[in-house]
Amino acid sequence: MAYIERREAEGVAADTVPIHDGAAGDYVQLLKPRVMSLVVFTAFVGMVIAPTGINPIIGFVSLVAIAVGAGAAGALNMWYDADIDRVMARTARRPIPSGRVPAGDALVFGAWLGAGSVVFLGLAANYVAAGLLAFTILFYVFVYTAWLKRSTPQNIVIGGVAGALPPMIGWAAATGTVSMESFVLFLIIFLWTPPHSWALALYRSDDYARAGIPMLPVAKGLRATQIQMLAYSVPLAVVGVVPAFLGMASPAYGVVAAILGAAFVFLTWQVYRMPATDKEMRPARRLFAFSLLYLFLIFVMLLAERGFAMP
Amino acid sequence: MTETAVTEQPEGIRLSPEQRRRQRGRSVAIAVALFALVGLFYLLTIAKLGGGVLAAKILGSS
Repeated sequence: MAYIERREAEGVAADTVPIHDGAAGDYVQLLKPRVMSLVVFTAFVGMVIAPTGINPIIGFVSLVAIAVGAGAAGALNMWYDADIDRVMARTARRPIPSGRVPAGDALVFGAWLGAGSVVFLGLAANYVAAGLLAFTILFYVFVYTAWLKRSTPQNIVIGGVAGALPPMIGWAAATGTVSMESFVLFLIIFLWTPPHSWALALYRSDDYARAGIPMLPVAKGLRATQIQMLAYSVPLAVVGVVPAFLGMASPAYGVVAAILGAAFVFLTWQVYRMPATDKEMRPARRLFAFSLLYLFLIFVMLLAERGFAMP
Repeated sequence: MTETAVTEQPEGIRLSPEQRRRQRGRSVAIAVALFALVGLFYLLTIAKLGGGVLAAKILGSS
């Protein structure tokens, strides 16, 4: 009996039988290229500003491994979350819910890429960086995706650990160790994640509610979200300046980082004052857009200062 | 093998032209990825060996 007939006998309509049908681009989409670009950028900064420097070829190969590892985590996340992606407008067109890639393919694709990227980074750079990459992938898939995302409003806070580790991996690829400096880079992204994600969750809360994901605005309401966003924005603004005190950046960096941090807190304050009757939620949209710019500028400044300091 | 097996269409899944096009696209992507991997391993090997590889002594004589 042919495969499709067998599936039809199981009650699956012939046109929905999952055969290997996706285009190459669908598999690229499984890797979450936009998230991957942020991971590559922050890992690159961590690698470049490390005091030891790194052979450019080994650095490049390490970045490829880190990018593929991040992509693997994305593919495994899409495999696990296909059921909720299907009911959210933002994610319904992803390769698995739209039927272009069978779920099992995404699982195998993600698992092999994940394992391969860790081994590759170990061979290219060192086993500290490889261990951190493995931890990041496993944390994102098992702790964030499979456990926290559907069970607690603090999902993205704890899950944010995975998103904050790439600069530490980049630093470790260059130096072979983790240090206070790389921990500060980690802390910047870790503290940045909650206000950034909750700003989005505020104006997409209907989507999250429909999928049953207990994002903070859905589970605890607007007020609790506003308070907690402010509670992360203030320490973020402070930690953003710290690289200037650790000798990682100049006082000029410190001044600009302080201004950017103040702007971040001001925009979060505007979200804090946003009434529940505000359906358009412009302050939340503004903060979300600015948060991306903030992180980009902080890391670009660190990179640029290191670049200029090089002989 | 029977005589008709060569000329008859095999049973099972018949791909549409669109599915064939995607299958070809996937095959090309896999080929590109494999070549890229070979290139990366080559570059990595050169970088790891370093510039003095040809002058390296095999045994511990100084």
